[in-house]
Amino acid sequence: MRQRRRLIGAVALVLLIGLLGAPLLALLTAGLDGREVAAGAYLWDVTRFTLLQAGLSAALSVGLAVPVALALAHRPDLPGRRLLLRLFAMPMALPALVGVTGIVGIYGQAGLLSELAGWFELTRFPSIYGLAGIVLAHVFYNLPLATLLLLARLEATPVETWRIAVALGLGARDILRFIDLPAIREVLPRILSLVFMLAVASFTIVLTLGGGPGATTLEVAIYQALRFDFDPGLAARLAILQVAVSLLVAFAAGRSAVPMLVEAGTGKGRGRPQAGSRWRDGAIIGLAAVFVLGPLAAVVAGGLSRSLPSLLVDPLVMRALATSLVIGIAAACLGLIAAYALALAAAAGPARFYDVVSLVTLVVPSVVIAAGWYLLAHRLGVAGWATAPLVVLLNVLMAIPYAASVLIPAVRALAERQDRLAVSLGLTGWRRFRLIDGPLLKRQMALAFGLAGLVSLGDLGIIAIFGGDGLVTLPLLLYQRLGSYRTGDADALALVLMALTLALAWMLPRSVAGDPTP
Amino acid sequence: MTPAIQIKDVRFRYEDMDMRFDLEVAAGRFLAVIGPSGAGKSTLLNLIAGFEVPLGGEIALMGRPAAGVSPSERPVTIVFQEHNLFPHLDVWANVALGRATHLKLDAAGEEAVRKALARVGLLGFERRRPKELSGGERQRVALARCLVRERPILLLDEPFAALGPALRRDMLELLTALWREQKLTVVLVSHDPDDARRAATDVAFVHAGRILRHGSVHQVLDATDLPELTEYLGRPL
Repeated sequence: MRQRRRLIGAVALVLLIGLLGAPLLALLTAGLDGREVAAGAYLWDVTRFTLLQAGLSAALSVGLAVPVALALAHRPDLPGRRLLLRLFAMPMALPALVGVTGIVGIYGQAGLLSELAGWFELTRFPSIYGLAGIVLAHVFYNLPLATLLLLARLEATPVETWRIAVALGLGARDILRFIDLPAIREVLPRILSLVFMLAVASFTIVLTLGGGPGATTLEVAIYQALRFDFDPGLAARLAILQVAVSLLVAFAAGRSAVPMLVEAGTGKGRGRPQAGSRWRDGAIIGLAAVFVLGPLAAVVAGGLSRSLPSLLVDPLVMRALATSLVIGIAAACLGLIAAYALALAAAAGPARFYDVVSLVTLVVPSVVIAAGWYLLAHRLGVAGWATAPLVVLLNVLMAIPYAASVLIPAVRALAERQDRLAVSLGLTGWRRFRLIDGPLLKRQMALAFGLAGLVSLGDLGIIAIFGGDGLVTLPLLLYQRLGSYRTGDADALALVLMALTLALAWMLPRSVAGDPTP
Repeated sequence: MTPAIQIKDVRFRYEDMDMRFDLEVAAGRFLAVIGPSGAGKSTLLNLIAGFEVPLGGEIALMGRPAAGVSPSERPVTIVFQEHNLFPHLDVWANVALGRATHLKLDAAGEEAVRKALARVGLLGFERRRPKELSGGERQRVALARCLVRERPILLLDEPFAALGPALRRDMLELLTALWREQKLTVVLVSHDPDDARRAATDVAFVHAGRILRHGSVHQVLDATDLPELTEYLGRPL
């Protein structure tokens, strides 16, 4: 049984190495052979901006999340708290373009705040495009994530600790000093690193809100070098730099690693004594809710009030929707199979190796891999619809870390419990899957499938590089409409994309954390 | 003489179980509370400590009604099976918290902490963090904190359940010595009747939310007329 699993793992590994190695090799050769570019200053500027926006985004997202998480932890019985936490989880499932559309709807030149400023005859409203807008959008996406992760840690304080605190007569300040802040300090480096990593690898937000050369990150610069200037040499150098930065950040994040809680803030902290000001907590939670839910409400309101009905009969939109669904479903199916293969191999060992392998595509950004494949496809003269299978495969690569993170621990636990019994009964292969693994892993499989689908449905990085010539997905169409200032269409498309992703997220198993192993 | 702990018709409901307790523990006694899992042993302790509020009945500690008195104001200290220490604080601070939550101790406070640590055999461990201690050492720190609290009643909820047999015996010996020296009233929840035989003067047998038998160690553990107790102790009927 172990041998068969190792063989499956080896096949998955070879495919993974091929899909990752070929584009990296193509980029390396292009970097060496490419025409001479006097790009030193440009590379430095782009790298500096990448790190600056990521640093600001991480500091603001996590810095603001601390009081919000504390306020939520203080108020376990707040009416509507569970709903609010669910809504806080929404941005994680939403494609970045939807959030950007909502943010433009609130903070843009023609947005709600600008309109309000107009009533007070404040004519100079700051532009959403550039560093401020990028950081704002990153905070919109990462503040709820950081809040949920911090809250999960705060709620993990054992009931005995609270009882000791009560027995010792600790007041609100003592509880903050002796219990809450140490708990926050424990996970803070990891959360900061995570948000920093997400912001470094953020493509869509910077592409849509970045304002020209002064506000361009490495990933966006790679895209621009390929699609605007067709300068493979520059793209390759940028890609190598991006991989180096990502590796450095991943290394730093790994060094600061502390156990991260999977179940984020869905429970109530048991035994916490009442402390702190009710009004202050309420105000903090209210402000955070308005900040996070405002742009989502703007997408719904904008989408419903504008050209939704006419858009839904537009053949271009329908084709983009169908393309998104086909690519999404194909990538989810293949991503599930690939992650399951890696999980089977991990169960046969060496487990740590496969854990790391499954995370490789988090470190090597999708735009870098897509750029390498784009160069290869260009050399072979493949373009347009002919690259659709490649788009699916690249989406599979992007989905593997998420799907594998669900399946690897579940399959490993199942193997530990059931292998000896299954072997003694002679259950192997498909029969074992049908009778044992399939039924016991169905929740985890559904979650892995859904996560892979969500990643693929929201992708703009890969499709922006390969798209065009009829190969257009919903996010790409939305990006094109945003770029041509057809905001009515963009609002309606964002609403469709939001509905699609939230429907998929809604169908996912609520949690496998309470039941992480079958 | 006023009992240290007096529980009169105290009622509590946990999930589907209705509990009702009556108990008197004289000052200076060492009571072991035994019984099967889920019988209500820890709930009884939590009611005494003030972590749970009874639905009815009265609890008096050292002759004073406990209703409305916060856990920190009650004449009790408590040790749990785990999570007794703050992981980011060193041994000194964990013990000193029992004296003053601002951790600014006067000379007498410093001396009390030093004495308590010396008494549990942890002098020289002051700057260590809980993760640098063994399971037994961590429980010694918790006991040291109880000592500096200077409360007459010590409650222990399965404090040595995670320790090996030899360490468990050592800890029981330490606990017994502290009980005698400090003239404490001790209530020890344990699932192991041997703990009661080794250390206690009295035993209360809890079953399905009721104290079915309470008396001296001999009276309870050698009783043969209570089927639930006989079954729990594993003796033939």
